[in-house]
Amino acid sequence: MDIKREDLLQLYYYLKLTRRLEDRVTSLYHQGKILGGAWTSNGTEAVSVGYGYALEKDDIAAPYFRDMGVFLIRGISAKRIMAQYMGKKTGVTGGKEGNVHIGDLNFGVFAFPSHLADNYPVGTGAALAFKMRGEKRVVAACTGDGGTSRGDFHEGMNFAGVRKLPIVFICNNNQYAYTTPLRLQMAIKNVAERALAYGIPSKFVDGNNIVEVYTAAKEAYEIARNGGGPTFIECKTMRMHGHSEHDSAKYVPRELLEEWKKKDPILNMEKYLMENNIVKKEELDGVESRVKKEIEEAESFAEESPYPNPEDGLNGLYATPIEEE
Amino acid sequence: MKEVTYLEAIKEAMDEEMARDSNVFILGEDVGVYGGAFRVTEGFYEKYGEWRVLDTPLSESGFTGAAIGAALVGMRPIVEMQFADFISCAFDQLVSVAAKNHYRWGAATPIVVRAPYGGNIHGGPFHSQCIEGFFFNVPGLKIVAPSTVYDAKGLLKAAIRDNDPVIYCEHKYLYRRIKDSIPEEDYTVLIGKARIALEGKDVSIITYGAMVHTALEAARMLKENGVSCEIIDLRTILPLDKKSILNTVKKTNKVVILHEQTKTGGVGAEVSALISEYCFDYLDGPIIRVAATDTPVPYSAQMEEAFIPQPKDVISAVEKLMRY
Repeated sequence: MDIKREDLLQLYYYLKLTRRLEDRVTSLYHQGKILGGAWTSNGTEAVSVGYGYALEKDDIAAPYFRDMGVFLIRGISAKRIMAQYMGKKTGVTGGKEGNVHIGDLNFGVFAFPSHLADNYPVGTGAALAFKMRGEKRVVAACTGDGGTSRGDFHEGMNFAGVRKLPIVFICNNNQYAYTTPLRLQMAIKNVAERALAYGIPSKFVDGNNIVEVYTAAKEAYEIARNGGGPTFIECKTMRMHGHSEHDSAKYVPRELLEEWKKKDPILNMEKYLMENNIVKKEELDGVESRVKKEIEEAESFAEESPYPNPEDGLNGLYATPIEEE
Repeated sequence: MKEVTYLEAIKEAMDEEMARDSNVFILGEDVGVYGGAFRVTEGFYEKYGEWRVLDTPLSESGFTGAAIGAALVGMRPIVEMQFADFISCAFDQLVSVAAKNHYRWGAATPIVVRAPYGGNIHGGPFHSQCIEGFFFNVPGLKIVAPSTVYDAKGLLKAAIRDNDPVIYCEHKYLYRRIKDSIPEEDYTVLIGKARIALEGKDVSIITYGAMVHTALEAARMLKENGVSCEIIDLRTILPLDKKSILNTVKKTNKVVILHEQTKTGGVGAEVSALISEYCFDYLDGPIIRVAATDTPVPYSAQMEEAFIPQPKDVISAVEKLMRY
């Protein structure tokens, strides 16, 4: 598949934005400016950027917690995301939720429940609605390697497989579920094998190669959009930080990290763009400064934003409040 | 007016709502071709087709999650649990996802989960449970439990039109045992409002579901002994209609709380706490709970009868209270 130059540049921009935004979150976390924890996708950004960018405007993303690229691509601003991390009123959820628990139906993004793979059945339901209504829309649902051991991963895929629903299941296989390595998660070599039992075509790609992830996702969406049913895509990658920023990940062998460092998705893409004479160095530098400015603005916006009032926490429990007499 | 059973009322509510709104659909195990284990959806498959009366894999978390996702993009799914007991498999989707969507990120989740619940049918530990207690402590959910034919229809219609996740507890024992005349025209019953099932002045029996009928039977016998019972049918379990509860206590000053759910940490414990907290001064005696014993539901008829509160249990509680 030929990817247009402008799309390649956008993919690069979102990779950079995701990396730099989360790097900044990490710094702010260590400065004590982030409430609670900070989970990042460091080293695995090509997964969320690749599958997120391949979606069309009316599609739905049902992401998990290392999917920052998806939020940004769908149009949720860095400002609102930064404010969300700081628990501000201007955050995506107005302070009700924190960090990466970001959802906004205006941008076709389902929020992520911490119970991993819950979004597999939920995404399946949106795909069911699209099929029932004859709409040419698709859903992308994502989870990590750990989440693939949960029942909901299997129940969602089984339902989607039986009814041939327009959904693409993504797995960010970053080798570790918190401290648990893949070999203690499953007795098989590839996560992708799990999907075969549900009659779902399945493949694995190099999760650090954005062109591969994007292409695989785009192709799978087109199949789903045209009535061909679901696909499962395992993106093999490596979590380069701890589970969360409090975690030094001492349980991960250093040599493994060194090996993966050479395969960094951003370096990979820069190399690809330069070697194929798609961009000049100056253009890449231009992206870097554009991203830097955007994040600075986001941080100022978040810092200057007000906190919610304590009583705001009582609002919004029901969509249809109980009628008082 | 026409006479229908409790089960037919549920059926009518769904049929009318599906005819009115093409976003309403049913999913669950064996609901399609077969018409459901209790035949509540009989004829729906023929009328509305395979995609609006959807037979699912045996996978409660999977299809409940799918209902949530469909609701997020504009549908109004009705999930049928084959037996309420199996709702435990969908606990996470209801508690972590459906209940919190609107609070967390402003996304309405209009789903109805129909839960055929309750005992007295010799179903044993896995086909007889009252499940409302599992969800009673979960802000964001609504739980209703009709005891009459009229409410069975009106509350289900209201639940389908409501924009929040509603667990609709339909009592299996009542399905074909009660019949009543209900209006031909469209009506709903407000969620969050109890009703007075029987007006009285000496003692209040606060209850819901099939136990309303147990309370009525007890009240008939007590009346012969000159005791006038007021029966409050909660109808909505979550959130509780605090006002109706407190009003009856202020009127009679004596309270028995009756439910088929097991006793410890049940709905009765909360009702009792509400009364102590907000109208302690009105009480003339202790608040007495009559509830199922704190065990799983036994299978054998003799043991099940001892497990489920009977009119005689209500009568002895009322008689004890009348001594104050």
